Amino acid sequence: MDMKTSSGKKLGLKEKYRHMTRGLDWETSYQKREDVHPLVEYEGIKIHDWDKWEDPFRLTMDAYWKYQSEKERKLYAIIEAYAQNNGHLNVTDARYLNAIKLFLTGISPLEYMAHRGFAMAGRAFPGAGPRVACLMQSLDELRHAQTQIHSLSNYNKYYNGFHDPAHMLQRVWYLSVPRSFFDDAVTAGPFEFMVAIGFSFEYVLTNLLFVPFVSGAAYNGDMGTMTFGFSAQSDEARHMTLGLEIIKFILEQDPDNIPIVQRWIDKWTWRGYRVLTLVGMMMDYMLPKRIMSWKEAWEVYFEQNGGALFKDLARYGIRPPKWLDQISFDKDHISHQAWATFYQYGAIADFHTWSPTEDELDWLSAKYPNSFDKYYRPRLKFWREQAEQGNRFYNKTLPQLCQTCQIPMVFTEPGDPTKICYREVDYQGEKFHFCSDGCKEIFENEPEKYKQSWLPAHQIYQGNCFPEGTDPTAEGFDPVSKVLEYYNIGFGQDNLDFEGSQDQKNFAKWRGMATSNE
Amino acid sequence: MQMDLRTVSIQPLRQTFSNIARRFGDKPASRYQEGTYDFQSTVNFHYRPTWDPDHEIFDTARTAIVMADWYAFKDPRQFYYGAYTLARAKQQEAAEANLGFVENHNLVATLDADLRQRATDLLLPLRHVAWGGNLNGASVCAYGYGTAFTQPFIFQAMDHLAIAQYLTRVGLLLGDESLLDQAKASWMNDDAWQGLRRYVEDTFVVKDPFELFIAQDVALDGLLYPLVFDAIVNDVFASQGGTAISLATQFMTEWFKETRRWADATIKTAASESAENKALIEKWAGHWRDRAAAALRPVAQIAVGDQADTLIAEQVEQFNARLAKAGAQV
Ligand SMILES: [Fe+2]
Ligand SMILES: [Fe+2]
Repeated sequence: MDMKTSSGKKLGLKEKYRHMTRGLDWETSYQKREDVHPLVEYEGIKIHDWDKWEDPFRLTMDAYWKYQSEKERKLYAIIEAYAQNNGHLNVTDARYLNAIKLFLTGISPLEYMAHRGFAMAGRAFPGAGPRVACLMQSLDELRHAQTQIHSLSNYNKYYNGFHDPAHMLQRVWYLSVPRSFFDDAVTAGPFEFMVAIGFSFEYVLTNLLFVPFVSGAAYNGDMGTMTFGFSAQSDEARHMTLGLEIIKFILEQDPDNIPIVQRWIDKWTWRGYRVLTLVGMMMDYMLPKRIMSWKEAWEVYFEQNGGALFKDLARYGIRPPKWLDQISFDKDHISHQAWATFYQYGAIADFHTWSPTEDELDWLSAKYPNSFDKYYRPRLKFWREQAEQGNRFYNKTLPQLCQTCQIPMVFTEPGDPTKICYREVDYQGEKFHFCSDGCKEIFENEPEKYKQSWLPAHQIYQGNCFPEGTDPTAEGFDPVSKVLEYYNIGFGQDNLDFEGSQDQKNFAKWRGMATSNE
Repeated sequence: MQMDLRTVSIQPLRQTFSNIARRFGDKPASRYQEGTYDFQSTVNFHYRPTWDPDHEIFDTARTAIVMADWYAFKDPRQFYYGAYTLARAKQQEAAEANLGFVENHNLVATLDADLRQRATDLLLPLRHVAWGGNLNGASVCAYGYGTAFTQPFIFQAMDHLAIAQYLTRVGLLLGDESLLDQAKASWMNDDAWQGLRRYVEDTFVVKDPFELFIAQDVALDGLLYPLVFDAIVNDVFASQGGTAISLATQFMTEWFKETRRWADATIKTAASESAENKALIEKWAGHWRDRAAAALRPVAQIAVGDQADTLIAEQVEQFNARLAKAGAQV
């Protein structure tokens, strides 16, 4: 769009953008500002001049529609072609699909939540700049949620475990980990939401989420996922700029904001890191063709890239997030601990688990020379031998969950991978349990919030996870089958080992049809 | 890895997601359906909002409207992100062509001075009204319930922003930047605009998302757009040699025609749910219609003088007929 005034004078980009956004805004006088924007004060963040906000991307709506529609046109053409040509038969191995199930149930509904969260943030801020940026991101996040469900719709037609993502997110035990992360962010105030999602997640950690899935898809022949992934990445550039801008803006506005923001960075890096455990496990165990190990990804995308970022933020008085020493030690362990958990609880999950092949075990040994052979390989071998003898191990006792991150208490002590890490806090006459110092401290800062956590294991024991009308005192009552019914996980279809699954058989049969001449 | 696959026809295990099948049976579903139904969480929330501890994150109790199922709402345009963006991109192209045409042929110079002044005085302060519509769209999208109901409001929010930006460009066709500043000064201080500004600011503190929808998208937009862009710009101004203005604002005319179909469907679904809903909608629509009509009178006078009363009476009559068709008597 070329914009001139009637006198023919060309307007500069900045001037033009001012008329298109800031110039629209006014100070209300019939209603008080604190009534129109009631949420800007209560977190204690002090903003003196909203005009100091630098608009991270100067995009007018007409240009937005134009760019985005071009992307949509391409994306949906590929989605259609992929479906028509049975593109799913091109993936390396049907085990791969389980990584995508994890994405569809664990991530896509969060994209939706981001859509609503950014609408809330956009509504909350009085400044025109942040409002427009947040609302544009809200619209983008709706795009991500929908393009993901549309891309994966075809997988759902042929494979199990994809069929009820939003329903499962609100019920299935491990999905309370990503869900509570986002519930936590949107129930915080608008500034904390922006630091949590806009900065910590979209800026600091986003590469650790998207690179593994998108490259994983590319490596494993999944054009469908690769395409929506790359298409979403192109919006990410804008989102990352917004995330960085919000941090700088808050920090520059008032020195009193620094300790508040620091606490949020500590909290949200740790919360985000805990959620990424699922990604680490996916990278190390679920991709038939690996891209890199979780440990390598953490080193590249956090320790190197993040290190530079925090050096940059030091001039504002911000130090790197807390508990990085522990994270650094744990990078040799968490993916293995997580896979072992899902392997054991494979009867109540919506995706399949399996015993890694000998080759895969060798790859893990090579990537994790400090830990794998010593702590994890023997257990996996034992489980595999047991499975081969017909004793595939399923754990039938529900695990204790961390009150904050909601991950089962499976992580080990910093510095001692042979000892489970337990922390606890007494609050209002009750005992609360934590997986780590990080989760414990987050609770202690806001106990009134985290005492509310809807912990799936507790909820099952309290009888809240059975279908309506279930009578647990009835003859022959089987709690596991009732919980699966509540989750809408089909026994023998969505759950259990990959070996012997419908997915495995169907994929082999269909691929056989497509590659032979019979 | 790319293999050579023969095209084979394989029998799908299911046609759509379980939540869609629960609603409509297991048959092929549309992109609108798969992208809309049940996306928003409804149960087992982890924490109450620190900013609103009396409610869940998403809570039906934020509005007085009661629905057995908030997915009874359906956008007749079937807009999900992709469909919405493609539709707007097309309209954007047309708008660009129109604005370009007016500019390249210097059609503004063909307007007589009085008409040009009246158009400037009428249209430019409306940038701020549209900016208010942006905020209210964000509110309903944020705090409403159920994707079928909330999704169109992020579209409304961004559309209002676009309209504010198109009006800015119209302003810069009509004159230079100082016109925008003058228009803002009128918006802030001139008597003619204070009723409308008060209306807009009052909607900013409406907490009930459905009432806000009535106040903004039904009553205000429902009177303002046909009055300003149809009755005044397309009829009166055009008859006075102002087709250039009508060309430059065609986006708004088309936009209103399209969005009112969605607004009507939304009213109809809620009003037909129960007598209580119907009564509420009628109360809100009557209240905000009267306020909007009164606020628009001095604004219309800027453009059409004493014809304003007649034009507004006509608009109110059409508005009432429109709502009656949607199932609400006002
Ligand atoms: Fe996203
Ligand atoms: Fe934890």
